[in-house]
Amino acid sequence: MSVLLDFILLLLALALAFRVATVQDTLGAVIAFVGLGIVLALVWVRLDAIDVALTEAAVGSGITGLLLVRAASRLPSSQARAPAPALKLAAGLLSALLAGALAAVVLLLPEPAPTLALEAARHLPQTGLGNPVTAVLVAYRALDTLLETVVLLLALVGVWSLGPDRAWGGHPEPLAPMPAAPPLSFLGRVLPPFGILLGVHLAWTGADNPGGAFQGGAVIAAMLLLLLMAGHARMPALSGQRLRVLVILGPAVFMLIGLVGVLATGSFLGFPESIAKPLILFVEAALILSIAVALGLLVAGPATRAAQ
Amino acid sequence: MSPATLFGLLAAALVGLGLYGLIVRPEPLRRILAFNLVGAGVFIVFGVVARRGAVDGLGADPVPQAVVITGLVVAFCATALAVTLLVRLAAKEEGGEVE
Repeated sequence: MSVLLDFILLLLALALAFRVATVQDTLGAVIAFVGLGIVLALVWVRLDAIDVALTEAAVGSGITGLLLVRAASRLPSSQARAPAPALKLAAGLLSALLAGALAAVVLLLPEPAPTLALEAARHLPQTGLGNPVTAVLVAYRALDTLLETVVLLLALVGVWSLGPDRAWGGHPEPLAPMPAAPPLSFLGRVLPPFGILLGVHLAWTGADNPGGAFQGGAVIAAMLLLLLMAGHARMPALSGQRLRVLVILGPAVFMLIGLVGVLATGSFLGFPESIAKPLILFVEAALILSIAVALGLLVAGPATRAAQ
Repeated sequence: MSPATLFGLLAAALVGLGLYGLIVRPEPLRRILAFNLVGAGVFIVFGVVARRGAVDGLGADPVPQAVVITGLVVAFCATALAVTLLVRLAAKEEGGEVE
């Protein structure tokens, strides 16, 4: 039964990926990409990676999808000619060669497989967490996650700096034409309370079950974007003090707690064992706010109108 | 065939299709999409390696999984930056604005 399910997922993913790579119509390719993200989320479930499945569905498919659909509708339609048959053939051969080499690597992976799962599980009680993926993210490899949140900030600075100079600090382009269609307006009233609750739940339960600050933050970001699209909230001015504090809160709290670690345990981001879990939850709470706002602002894009 | 092997082959195909799209589709937005296909394939390879690293009590090795979560978010950041650059370039070509 599950083998059948795996084959169906495989075929669906291949068909959608083929469409993304080859279809003529750009919006069609973007929609296929969003669909592929959902199928890949199911593939992640089959690979026993529920945390990754949630991230793939929320970030890889949902938020990226909104960004791409918006871009596809704003960019002029392509005038590109169909590629020459010789180029197609050469590209096909090269791609098949690469895919074949990678397939061989996958089939020849060493046996028994190297793993850090035992190590990760052994030290889990010291962190007070029950979800080993969260333990890797915020305890064992906390520096990676700290730098990742800084990458979010840097990307945001990059996106903001791509706006025209006269609009700096102003409002980004609206996400959807106003007034919003009645069904969208209705959805924008009904869904956000549940969505925000779900996002907070995902971040909270991430300590012991699949979930975490990134998944929860992405769901909350989606709800904020829905409010903007439905016209229930106005695009904020990017120079807003509160907005900027929210964006840097997560990384700032993370770094401060890291410095506390220097005093308490002698190493940056070292959590004293007795209060590891409260510290981790505190970092996650600050992170979820910053991640939600930063992801939303990355989709919203640079300011195009001066602040009013 | 185990899910790990099967989806490992899917990952290889995704990387191949991504490279194909990257070469044959000239539009910049399509290249961003194709590049994300390659990325998706690479992430799935990490997932396969994680699944193969399963031990008693844990269905998969959490370390590669955490790396993929980080990777997905960073890939989104790069995509957002690239897409914004593209939209800005298109607006500039259209309106001939100089700033």
